[in-house]
Amino acid sequence: MTHVLIKDLTRRFDSVIAVNNLNLEIESGEMVAFLGPSGCGKTTTLRMITGLLLPTSGDVLFDSKSVLTIPTEKRGAVMVFQKHLLFPTMNVAKNIGFGLRMAKMPQKEIDRRVSEMLELVRLPGFETRRPHELSGGQQQRIALARALIVRPNVLLLDEPLANLDANLRLEMRELIRTIQNELNTTAIFVTHDQEEAVMLADRIALMFNGVLQQFDTPQAFYERPNSAQVARFFRNDNMILGTRRGSVVETPSGNLEIDAGRVDQSDGPVMVTVRPEDVALVPSDNTNLVQAKVLTQVYMGTHKQVQLDVMGHTWLAHGPADFEIEVGQTLPIQLPKTHIWLLPSENGLQNV
Amino acid sequence: MQKAVRWIAAISITLGVLLPVVPQIIWSFAHRWLFPNLLPTEWSLSSWEYVFTASSRVGEGFINSLLIATFVCFLSILVGLPAARAIALNDFKGKGLVEWILMVPIIVPGIVSTLGIHQLFIRLHLTNTFIGVSLVHLIPCIPYMVLVMTSVFANYGTELEDTARTLGANPLQVLLRVTLPGILPGLMVATMFTFLISWGQYITSVLIGGGTIVTLPMVLFPFISGVNYSNAAAISLIFVAPAILVLVLISRQLGQDSAVMGGFGRL
Repeated sequence: MTHVLIKDLTRRFDSVIAVNNLNLEIESGEMVAFLGPSGCGKTTTLRMITGLLLPTSGDVLFDSKSVLTIPTEKRGAVMVFQKHLLFPTMNVAKNIGFGLRMAKMPQKEIDRRVSEMLELVRLPGFETRRPHELSGGQQQRIALARALIVRPNVLLLDEPLANLDANLRLEMRELIRTIQNELNTTAIFVTHDQEEAVMLADRIALMFNGVLQQFDTPQAFYERPNSAQVARFFRNDNMILGTRRGSVVETPSGNLEIDAGRVDQSDGPVMVTVRPEDVALVPSDNTNLVQAKVLTQVYMGTHKQVQLDVMGHTWLAHGPADFEIEVGQTLPIQLPKTHIWLLPSENGLQNV
Repeated sequence: MQKAVRWIAAISITLGVLLPVVPQIIWSFAHRWLFPNLLPTEWSLSSWEYVFTASSRVGEGFINSLLIATFVCFLSILVGLPAARAIALNDFKGKGLVEWILMVPIIVPGIVSTLGIHQLFIRLHLTNTFIGVSLVHLIPCIPYMVLVMTSVFANYGTELEDTARTLGANPLQVLLRVTLPGILPGLMVATMFTFLISWGQYITSVLIGGGTIVTLPMVLFPFISGVNYSNAAAISLIFVAPAILVLVLISRQLGQDSAVMGGFGRL
């Protein structure tokens, strides 16, 4: 239950800026995902929060107190790495009890808490097992228990689900969420998987090349991305250039009506975007129609994914699973007024 | 399959190591053994009696070799562990050069470097001393210690140490409870190498020890160039005994890890 404030945090490695002037405020008990492609500075930021790495400049504050001068072992920012999870020379009980032994807690109390933690991660009776006898998912859960037993100020997870197969991933995700809710620990996890971040986090901090792009709820990343780059990271590449004038955006294929209260770009050049799942392949009326040519179609079970050519740009749209359509066919698609979102245009479409 | 491989390894290594020792054992008890007899015609315990007399200096050499090798192991760990760790886990300017310099003693014959060092040691009054001989043994020993431990550290990584730090362990606790137990198997192998290399040094010991510090190889060599094969055989058996003992002890510890080591572990 700690409030974490990251202020103007910067880290350079020689000439490379790994983290560039990062500002984040994480509420106590919140679960935040650091999301971004590998090498974007996520893990570097985690290490600076733990104190394993010193920032070049900037500050990290727990409950409004700077922790930069506090050594790692006294910060209570516990990190779970993605590999080399457990101490191979210790059994499960010794692993989980490690932090408490360091704190010189009586062995009886440690034993009691260890079995409590094993219940919590649903591996009761595993005390005397050795790490090499455990599956990847079990090791992950023991590592989580070992971190949580010291009641950390902040729990830091580096790609916690990266090494697990699909089923285990789902199970672990549920478990992490449940435990985090139960213990109400402030938690930050690093991931490059946008879906994982959406399902697990209260808020997501998306970083590219050491720069924070957007810090928002998962929903906002779908509905209100603040740049074309962010939208693309969340699998939305449906964009056309236009010019906003009041409640209308002029585009080469006609004027589009927008919900002026919903968008936040002012008049002038903008990029119009509609998420694939919001594009209407079957228009409900004749507003906001745009001509599109079908490039490919893929049956996805629950829906049909159609690739379209919209004024030279490739768009995706989801139609009903039984939607009848021919490749090469031209059809009018509808960009529903309530689902149009405007992005700043400065990147242009040339960089796509 | 795995089991078969282990047994083949066990048998071939046992034969490879022990078979050459068999003639030595026979020689050490032989009084008269002339061609074309398959076994000695006369037997005697005189060689073994000789070995245990003070005038043979075998006991003195044995103790000196043991003390020097142990001290060299200690020094090699002291110097080699930090060096190996730095090379394995950090990038720094001149890393390539440092690695190259560390490998040089493997390429350059010991006698070349020792002749140069001899001059220096005379000035530093290190010739004819226990410390001097130990220091010169470090030259061939450190590369092996560093080579083995570099790969051990690179394999071990820093994640476990970092995890321990965040869980509340101070640097000393991390060293004692996480790092050392983690690298121990590798460290034992490296120490075994170091011990055996120091144990087998002859030229360097002769040059720097100057006859004042007598090691076991220095006692053994005159007999090999001489004619008394029985005495040479007895001393050489004493000479290889610790090597085989160290090998067996350590491979017992490492038994599970590899077939080759497992082979020794079955002895």
